[in-house]
Amino acid sequence: MAVTTTPPPRGAAPRPSSDAGDTAGAAARAASTGRLAGRVFGALSTGAGVLILVTLAAVAVFLVLRAWPALTASREELEAISWFNGGSVAEYVGPLIFGTLLASLLALLLAVPVSIGIALFISHYAPRRLAQGLGYLIDLLAAIPSVVYGLWGALWLIGRLDPVFAWLSSNLGFIPLFADYQAPAKNIMSASVVLAVMILPIITAVSREVFLQTPRLHEEASLALGATRWEMVRQAVLPFGRSGVISASMLGLGRALGETMAVLMVISPGFLFSFFLLKPGQQQTIAANIASKFPEASGLSVSALIATGLALFVITFVVNFAARWVIARRAEFSGAN
Amino acid sequence: MSNRIDVSDLDVYYGDFLAVQGVNMTIEARQATALIGPSGCGKSTFLRTLNRMHEVIPGARVQGKALMDGQDLYGADVDPVTVRRLVGMVFQRPNPFPTMSIADNVLAGVRLNNRRMSKGDQQDLVEQSLRGANLWNEVKDRLARPGSSLSGGQQQRLCIARAIAVKPQVLLMDEPCSALDPISTLAIEDLIAELKSQYTIVIVTHNMQQAARVSDRTGFFNIAGTGKPGRLIEMDDTSTMFSSPREQATEDYISGRFG
Repeated sequence: MAVTTTPPPRGAAPRPSSDAGDTAGAAARAASTGRLAGRVFGALSTGAGVLILVTLAAVAVFLVLRAWPALTASREELEAISWFNGGSVAEYVGPLIFGTLLASLLALLLAVPVSIGIALFISHYAPRRLAQGLGYLIDLLAAIPSVVYGLWGALWLIGRLDPVFAWLSSNLGFIPLFADYQAPAKNIMSASVVLAVMILPIITAVSREVFLQTPRLHEEASLALGATRWEMVRQAVLPFGRSGVISASMLGLGRALGETMAVLMVISPGFLFSFFLLKPGQQQTIAANIASKFPEASGLSVSALIATGLALFVITFVVNFAARWVIARRAEFSGAN
Repeated sequence: MSNRIDVSDLDVYYGDFLAVQGVNMTIEARQATALIGPSGCGKSTFLRTLNRMHEVIPGARVQGKALMDGQDLYGADVDPVTVRRLVGMVFQRPNPFPTMSIADNVLAGVRLNNRRMSKGDQQDLVEQSLRGANLWNEVKDRLARPGSSLSGGQQQRLCIARAIAVKPQVLLMDEPCSALDPISTLAIEDLIAELKSQYTIVIVTHNMQQAARVSDRTGFFNIAGTGKPGRLIEMDDTSTMFSSPREQATEDYISGRFG
């Protein structure tokens, strides 16, 4: 989703002079093929960059064109769709956007602290061998298909969460967030827990890489001042990794925003602007909604669903730009200079 | 107050590899002691044992004794963190924290001790430390700018300010000028001359003129060959070392015959 045109990495372009042959002719030939290779490589990488832009533009154009009939349709036409709530696409998509953001942010809230903890453990605390095994394990989590997570959530996790939610609701029920729990736990909280597990690997993996790149110089600077290991982590590692962790979280958020199957299989949907996290039938996410409605949609109803997809597209864009803005704001202090 | 360090029969190992063998050395308080020698002779390794920074490297350990005013730096009940608060260190390459401002860099060590300081005290300490490092006049108008915005020489003096802000007894310098230009080097050397009135300074350097300029005493480390441990060959007053050393190897090294 992020559009950046990165320059080709240093050292990737062939250096023509270094492997020139004995004679001047060979040297010249090597140099000229080197130049040709350089040009080809340049064209290829530029082409790849342009291709990303074109793809992105094509997706945006497709979404707008196909959503257009729904965006301009009259209230009567829209209300003729059996499942349509509200009088316009905006009214329909509003609660969906709300549900999507709520589920994703909850998932992020659950996943980020755990991910940072795991990443720090792997990068700075665990003995090397254990760290390696743990790293593989985390990466494996990322390879599990989301439908499997959905099954796991719907068939196993919901049952285990039931007593937790019941306890929360009876003891902290005076806080509206936790009020009115009803079994089974087919609520947005369960969906967020499943989402959190799904985005954990990507956030952990990226954070771990960033933490490992903390310059040894800075770690030693901190230790030499008399820092304990935890103080060193706080002083040198976390500030250095801050923008990386934000990027990692945004990657995770992007994944959570667009996740379909896991939510579809866990949540009992509703179309309300509701903060009741433990009550079923309150919220729904855009992606899960599209998946559940699309098989029986035709004509204008497809168009309405695509309009919700357009909204999701815009949201992920906004999320990415927000993340970039956060990172850029403190770029001067990032250690990249 | 600053302290004298007595090292006796110190061996340093990396795993099974003996890197430095049998060092006996007395480092006088409030003097600058220079350690010279060819690359790989273990002088930096030895320097790191004086504040237990070698322990950062997996498998590194020492045998022998290092006493600071009679107190064993390697005593069973001595926390390396405490040792490092008493024995500050300046590294080969300037390493201010890039995520912190100039002022925050100076305060980094003090903040670790979890001491609550008033804003005024903090400002005083920043000024005092930066003045101590001869950097105040250059940075006083931009204390909130990142430390990495300074030049290399300024960054190294910022690191010295950071080290002296915690008021250590001893200051270790591991080739502090090797990444700096001659003018910045001169600034650091002048600073060392001033600092030694308050701190015990140990400096590792590849530059023999530098050792001659800044130090009161000089120790010469050498290595018999690759894979052999480094040893302290000779240690004496700097003037003696550079005019009439006792050992042939020292004479060969300082006269430029090898190394």
